[in-house]
Amino acid sequence: MAETATPELAPSAATLVASAHQTAGPYWHLVDFPEWADTTRHFADAIPAGAERITLTGTVTDGTGALVGDALVEIWHADPAGRYPEEGGDPTAFQGYGRCATDKAGRYRFVTLKPGPVPVGPRTGDNRVQAPHVALAIFARGLLQHVSTRLYFEGEALNATDPVLRAVPEARRGTMIARPSGDGTWTLDLRLQGENETVWMAV
Amino acid sequence: MSEVVHGYRRSDPATQPPLDSPSYGSTRARFPRQPLLELPHTLTETSSPVFTAARYPEVADLTALDGGGEAMGERIIVAGRLTDEDGRPVRHAMVEVWQANAAGRYNHEGDTHDAPLDPNFRGMGRVFTDADGWYRYVTIRPGAYPWRNHSNAWRPNHIHYSLFGSGFAQRMITQMYFPGDPLLPLDPIFNTVSDEAARNRLVARFDLDVTEPERALGYRFDLVLRGREATPMEDGHHG
Repeated sequence: MAETATPELAPSAATLVASAHQTAGPYWHLVDFPEWADTTRHFADAIPAGAERITLTGTVTDGTGALVGDALVEIWHADPAGRYPEEGGDPTAFQGYGRCATDKAGRYRFVTLKPGPVPVGPRTGDNRVQAPHVALAIFARGLLQHVSTRLYFEGEALNATDPVLRAVPEARRGTMIARPSGDGTWTLDLRLQGENETVWMAV
Repeated sequence: MSEVVHGYRRSDPATQPPLDSPSYGSTRARFPRQPLLELPHTLTETSSPVFTAARYPEVADLTALDGGGEAMGERIIVAGRLTDEDGRPVRHAMVEVWQANAAGRYNHEGDTHDAPLDPNFRGMGRVFTDADGWYRYVTIRPGAYPWRNHSNAWRPNHIHYSLFGSGFAQRMITQMYFPGDPLLPLDPIFNTVSDEAARNRLVARFDLDVTEPERALGYRFDLVLRGREATPMEDGHHG
């Protein structure tokens, strides 16, 4: 931990410009590997004690109400203790990255471990705590850049103080909160556009 | 000196395609109508999965499948460097590519274009950048193919790229195009990037240094991920 206050950021002059995104298109399934939807696949015998195995699922619909059956959904989240891998860290440790294709019914489905509460930025001295959450990214035909949101878990006490969730207008927070169905399954439907549109974020 | 990553710089919108792009018809029912909520970058956005070739094996030559023959088409080599906006190499990053075959047909059940499939070409590759950000793979030049966006619409030759950086906020999927392709000025997807220089950075360039004598033409295609907003710190005072 730094013993002095973080100095003001002096933006460095960018010498290059980030490459433009382009759509993943309809044929991205060439890089679909269904086993990637189970983040625990490498850890069958090494699930950390106290970890809770969960299923995350839901449908993706478009602005006409049609189910989106050609989307690439990715998740990224902390481990059950709220930790992320360090850059260049142990690649054999659990990491909450998953990729899943929506099926013809527009449904995604991940098997993973429920993440713990995550500090906002311990590397920057910001030790506020975020509620357990999962970053969600959707890539698809018709999306020139991926769209991003977060999945939170209904009933978590920390939801009330989570800095990201609190920045969302209260009436729309429900679009980011998955609901349990009792058997470790959490459901969050995603709406790209229109009525009850998911809160999409500029990441 | 090492640096603590606070987050990543936001792009000039002219250099990125807008989600609402009417000329690309598939955007119509899929772009968010509500304004995007700006997400401050936390540890979730500045961390990234760690991929290794041990668990994600490389496929650096798309022209040869195990036990099969050689793919039809013009063999090419694609090489380039992955950096961030400050020119830092993105080390040991996983680069995934996918593409149509030489006839303009994807090995995908959804592709019904009346062009031949090639039993020796799957169209999927995966390589890792080295310690200086360089990547390289061998493939065949993909063909153009029709799509139904508008009358007589054809996609220019392109290879899809999927990239991870050191933070999930740097995640990117894009496409590489080929120089001199007459379809580029007509392609709605390519032209959704309004800044001409940014658009043209998606076009690879022919490179004689990448070209191998008696074997294959070479193309150079560099990619840039978002730069960091960072504060320098003295070594030993972080983490």
